[in-house]
Amino acid sequence: MATLPLDELKIIEGFGPHLSAMTGVRLSTSVEPDRLVKTHCCFCGQQCGIQLKVKDNQVIGFEPWEEFPFNRGMLCPKGVKRYLQGAHPDRLTTALRRDPASPHGFSPLPYDEAIRTVASAIDRIQSAHGRHAIGVLSGASLTTEKTYLLGKFARMCLRTPYIDYNGRLCMVSAGAANKKAFGIDRTTNPWSDMVGTDVIWVAGSNVAECSPITTNYLWQAREQGARIIVQDPRITPAARTCDLFLPVKPGRDAALFAGVLQLMIEHNWLDHSFINTHTTGFDQVAAYCREWTPARTADVTGVPERSIRRAAELWGTAKSSFLFHARGIEHHSNGVQNSLGTINLVLASGRIGRPKSGYGTIVGQANGQGGREHGQKCDQLPGWRDISNPEHRKYITRVWGMDEADLPGPGVDAYEMFRKIDAGEIKGLLSICFNPKVSLPDSTFITRCLEKLEFFTSIDFFLNDTARHADIVLPGSLHEEDEGTVTQVECRVIKINKAVDCPGAARPDWRIIQDVASALGRPTGFTFTSPREIFDELRIASKGGVADYSGITYEKLERQMGVFWPCYSDDPETGRPVDHPGTPRLFEPGSYNPIARGAGPFYFPDGKARFNVAEYRPPVDDASDDYPLFLTTGRVVSQFLSGTQTRRIGPLVKQYPEPRIEIHPRLASKVGIADGDWAIAETRRGSITLRAMVVTTIRPDTVFIPYHWAGPKSVNRLTVAAQDPISRIPQYKVCGCRVRKADGPPAYAATLEPQQ
Amino acid sequence: MPKPEYLHFFVDPNRCIGCQACVQACTECDTHRGDSMIHLEFIERSRSVQTVPVICMHCEQPTCAEVCPADAIKRTGDGVVQSARKPRCIACGNCVVACPFGVPEVYEDRQIMMKCDMCYDRTSVGKKPMCATVCPSQALFFGTREQVEQLRPMSTPINRFQFGAQVVTTRVFMMVPRALASVSPLADVTAAMHDEPRERAVTLRVLTADATQPATDSANDGGDPFADVTV
Repeated sequence: MATLPLDELKIIEGFGPHLSAMTGVRLSTSVEPDRLVKTHCCFCGQQCGIQLKVKDNQVIGFEPWEEFPFNRGMLCPKGVKRYLQGAHPDRLTTALRRDPASPHGFSPLPYDEAIRTVASAIDRIQSAHGRHAIGVLSGASLTTEKTYLLGKFARMCLRTPYIDYNGRLCMVSAGAANKKAFGIDRTTNPWSDMVGTDVIWVAGSNVAECSPITTNYLWQAREQGARIIVQDPRITPAARTCDLFLPVKPGRDAALFAGVLQLMIEHNWLDHSFINTHTTGFDQVAAYCREWTPARTADVTGVPERSIRRAAELWGTAKSSFLFHARGIEHHSNGVQNSLGTINLVLASGRIGRPKSGYGTIVGQANGQGGREHGQKCDQLPGWRDISNPEHRKYITRVWGMDEADLPGPGVDAYEMFRKIDAGEIKGLLSICFNPKVSLPDSTFITRCLEKLEFFTSIDFFLNDTARHADIVLPGSLHEEDEGTVTQVECRVIKINKAVDCPGAARPDWRIIQDVASALGRPTGFTFTSPREIFDELRIASKGGVADYSGITYEKLERQMGVFWPCYSDDPETGRPVDHPGTPRLFEPGSYNPIARGAGPFYFPDGKARFNVAEYRPPVDDASDDYPLFLTTGRVVSQFLSGTQTRRIGPLVKQYPEPRIEIHPRLASKVGIADGDWAIAETRRGSITLRAMVVTTIRPDTVFIPYHWAGPKSVNRLTVAAQDPISRIPQYKVCGCRVRKADGPPAYAATLEPQQ
Repeated sequence: MPKPEYLHFFVDPNRCIGCQACVQACTECDTHRGDSMIHLEFIERSRSVQTVPVICMHCEQPTCAEVCPADAIKRTGDGVVQSARKPRCIACGNCVVACPFGVPEVYEDRQIMMKCDMCYDRTSVGKKPMCATVCPSQALFFGTREQVEQLRPMSTPINRFQFGAQVVTTRVFMMVPRALASVSPLADVTAAMHDEPRERAVTLRVLTADATQPATDSANDGGDPFADVTV
């Protein structure tokens, strides 16, 4: 039974979020650390190198790691304060069981008993309702080793098709578009290629707050002559000084790309030779774009016609360029089409696959890239293999030592899993690294689904908002308590190093998964004794797939400070063993890949990239008479995702304590709201009351609310559960909304601290 | 050991993204853990996202030291203005009021003025200050003049600032657009206080009156980019 055991305030009182602070050895100016551990930040997909100061099995501070090539010591405030998540008062150090009689709703129980309880609940539900009655939710902040193990655990141990991950809310539109256009899903160039390029187009990415280190690359490119184009409904820090600002109306991105491509076609700003030699499908795309005249594009997108013309000219006439995009164009029910629209601009220009020219998608989570490659996605097997492809199934089941007939088929996306819980098809859930009660849209529905579960277990280091519904909570590991690999934004696989041991009864997550498998009496395939052993199996499992890691070793990662995949153990051309250095840049002329086999640089049998018609469709639940404004959501620099970690770090909470409703003064004066007033934002799903922030840096028809907070402050009570038909990403970036002034402070203001 | 003479501090507000990594990192410095000696200013958040990190500018003739009745503020031989000396400081706050850049702060609990000392514990052993090391936009840059000239061809460092009748020369440099700096190598801070920030600004408007024309190069530069949007 997965209802809350007690009033939520009581649970919060016991388990937080409370704030950590610099105290004791972390404040002392005389304590010398025992050692410095070179590792990476636990938060976003940039994965900055950092050195953690360790003293007596505790992380007491950090020292910049200036040799690591991506960030060279640079960090954002989250990286600076990440170490304060350790030795935290809210840290789970024992297993917990739901206990309405205890003062905070949960009581400790021995780890082994907790594992047995979980295993017997899984066994009971699977015996009664079939193997598919159990679902697994996982996440892209986990190391690649853990994501691989979870995919294997769901398919081989539980034999359920139902596993999906929180990358579903993040990278899937980009991933699907990349696969359709290039046959491979990754950023094409290292970030250093940006410096020295002619034009950089930033489509829907507030780099200053979401990927701060990228800003230095952007500014350095500008110093060296690059023109910067920023497409955003808000004047972000990058938009403030960019050369061309495209203030697009939320949800109209595909129209903008079509309009720009149409102008490029009209002015013949095209690389015909590249299009003819290396692509297919241009004619269909050109036919679609014909209707996107500048006037119509301006009308639909809200971008002035002269700016659209200027964008086409800047992009069309450049000699070298870089385009990158993020959630701003991807978090849409049209997210794949939006992403394909950017790729069409890149392919039409022919500027890809060479130094200073490329295309990239900015990943959101620590392992946003690696976490989407090795099988925790509902339709995928390791190495970016397809669970519906008989050859792929045969290969992986051979590596795993199981009968192919026992391997389940494709499951469903994370949101659809909740619909299956609602329908009674999924009755038990195991969740790790995912906080759907805060992060999924229309979260009132998600809460209702959680309450319907017969059994819910969560592996976590803090009791997050979703885990409050759990029957059993298993104490997992923090980033710094385990080793493994992740793949960062440039597709550089890097090594995460362990700094400290897990406290109390907490365990590395992969051990917990294996303990459950063992307690279920199905230990085969789950007897690894270290992350390195898991990685070594992953190398074999990924071999021959598009995301080929076979040539990567922990030693090579340390030696090269990261390895860009694909990295082969055997030369794909000759089949002979090779010491492959990795592939920093894709699609270079004459490059060989195992799919095209020399036919061309792209990852299709004919070696050619695909133009795809990138159709504009209006958003679901668009602004209308009743809800005339666009609601859009996003991040602030001091918080991360659902805030499970960052809402517990004192200095970060102090920097931006609570969410605010960002509105333009023209809108504010129309509805009678002043800066700092309590205001109500309402959509068809619900309403929330927050303080208003009145600024001229947002479209007057648009409202922005950051998404890191829970409960009555959670903007995902308002967002719509519309999803892209291909990628199944939710449409977080737009829905119809209205705002009005509140009569007074909301009830929560008297009871909840800012972070709670 | 003194700070190496060839290394300088450069502040480039055009690059600043307001993330406060510098402020957060400053609290990690070993000589004053838990307290930040620097801060971040929003110029006018209601109108612009423009921010400026405020570190001590390390004046050639520090006003803070000149007004100190207890002679508690010292400048090292290599030009770094230090926090007040403990036995001398009477926490009167004269320096706080007098500093033209708004840098010193009196810590009431400790009854002393503390301020940015350019991470003397780090810079004196050849490291970069903590804030300039972590700054993700490199709005805070610590390096040589040659590096700055090579890396920042669009702007140029200045270190003279006019506050009414007072002209202050500093050890820390402020990067300003090259075209504007050639018109006036001196920033008239008092005059610039009357400037209205704009939503979008390709150039900084801190130089004297005739140099305030922004370099217009793009289609939607200058005015309000949302002028056409109806509510």
